[in-house]
Amino acid sequence: MNLTERLQRRVSETLPYEELMPAEQPIYVHSYVYLFGIATVASFILLIVSGIILSVFGPQWWHSSTVGHFVNSAHFWSVQAFFFFMVLHLWTAFFSGAWRDGRGLTWVSGMVTFLVSILTAFTGYLSQQNFDAQWIGVQGKDALNAVGVGAFFDALNFGQMYGFHIAVLPVIVAGLVGLHLMLVRLRGVVRPYPLDVEAREGARAGAEEVPV
Amino acid sequence: MIARKKAYYAGIPTAPYDLVKELLVALAVVTAAVVIFALVLSSPDEPSLTLQSVSQSDPQGFVQTALGELNGSGGIANYGPPYNNGTANVQYLGPQIGPIGPFFSIQKLIGVHIPVDTAQDYVLGPLMQIAATVPGLSAALSTYNGASATQQSAWTDAYTKALGKATVSGVNLSVPSCACGPVTLMMSTILHLGQRGAMDGLLLTSNRFYRTDYTRPLLFMADDGAVASHAASFNLLGTQWGVMNETGNYPGQAWLWLYTTLYQIWPYNGPWAANADAMAILTVTILTLILMFIPWIPGLNRLPRYLGVYRLIWKDYYRRVRSGAIPWSE
Repeated sequence: MNLTERLQRRVSETLPYEELMPAEQPIYVHSYVYLFGIATVASFILLIVSGIILSVFGPQWWHSSTVGHFVNSAHFWSVQAFFFFMVLHLWTAFFSGAWRDGRGLTWVSGMVTFLVSILTAFTGYLSQQNFDAQWIGVQGKDALNAVGVGAFFDALNFGQMYGFHIAVLPVIVAGLVGLHLMLVRLRGVVRPYPLDVEAREGARAGAEEVPV
Repeated sequence: MIARKKAYYAGIPTAPYDLVKELLVALAVVTAAVVIFALVLSSPDEPSLTLQSVSQSDPQGFVQTALGELNGSGGIANYGPPYNNGTANVQYLGPQIGPIGPFFSIQKLIGVHIPVDTAQDYVLGPLMQIAATVPGLSAALSTYNGASATQQSAWTDAYTKALGKATVSGVNLSVPSCACGPVTLMMSTILHLGQRGAMDGLLLTSNRFYRTDYTRPLLFMADDGAVASHAASFNLLGTQWGVMNETGNYPGQAWLWLYTTLYQIWPYNGPWAANADAMAILTVTILTLILMFIPWIPGLNRLPRYLGVYRLIWKDYYRRVRSGAIPWSE
């Protein structure tokens, strides 16, 4: 068996097609909170699309073009939507103890995605080429310098921040989102916490009395 | 279904679930919301300040900043790493408790990586570049550069006093005559360059044609009080919840709320104020690591069970189990 065949076999064993796109879910996956994750992904798609348009026309376009300003506004509100849904997703995952039953890595991948997203947004604010970017850079440099990061990650260097924002960090976020989704699909959605003893016994009794 | 997942779901009924439809609906709804927000509320775009605008709106402050860069009394001149070996902004990851500490500075350990010589970069260098076009400037620069440090300080000190008595009329600055040697011409030329917009270009010049690094002019602006005043009018100062805010009535980086909160509370705004940035980042890093590795922290990893919010999340499922409509599976 050559390397390609080995990889092929490994992928088909660990990532079967029907697991990545299942057509059925456990019956408890029936709550609005499960929409927060997919809404985060939808916001991310909008961010990428609006971001690509902005980068195609260059960082100064949106200051002088009505269409450009609209695209920037869409990018701006997509960021707000992205973090809004992502934070809701994070907290509902927390309150449901989503890391249980061997899902620790799924939780960590989500947390890392959140942190890298914060950095991506920060570099976006620094790439605006307006007063907001100037002030956030001037103020933010002190925190970065205080922990030695500013020597290599210069908030006042537009070229570096723009490169991070449109190339390096989005690729990392996209990869992390992909990893997170794959882990969710492979390990499945965590089961609800067990009912307390009395309720569980009541449920058993009910199951005997009420035909399903 | 792979065996492990099949075993995990054993005994639990399943129901049809259309992931693709869910994504498409979510995309349609979020797109509609974003487009409506973009059309109705637009987005902030407060024009950037320039050294020209700053020098015109506050000529006295601009010259004061330039003088501070020249004589080494400015904020950036004494900042410390990564710009120079000053100490004014060096922060430590540990407060001083009585005679003990401060403990450890990563900032000092990393050292100078973006060298900025304020006198040369902000005053002498730009003036040298245009010296041939301003009568007497070459001689003034030669006089200044050839003088002793004591003489240079005497001139800049005298100019500082005279600048304090200066009068401003619009964009014009009248500084009383003083025994300031070449500094008078140097400072009036700097102001002239600033107000004509030349300083914006001169601070960006280098051996290369293309420039995308605005570190030097932005550091000059950081020393100028006019920039902070402009930021204060938008509630952007650190004491006003800083980077979490946005110009105009727009949401900013609200997700930084915890980090920004620390700057508003004791001891970060009290005994730790001199190291507030380093301590705030250290605190947030520790809290983030706890949240990230909560699955493996005994006790904390059971917190959601005790908080009970999960009862709301799976309310429908529990109701159906209790009613016997679906079986309970251990």
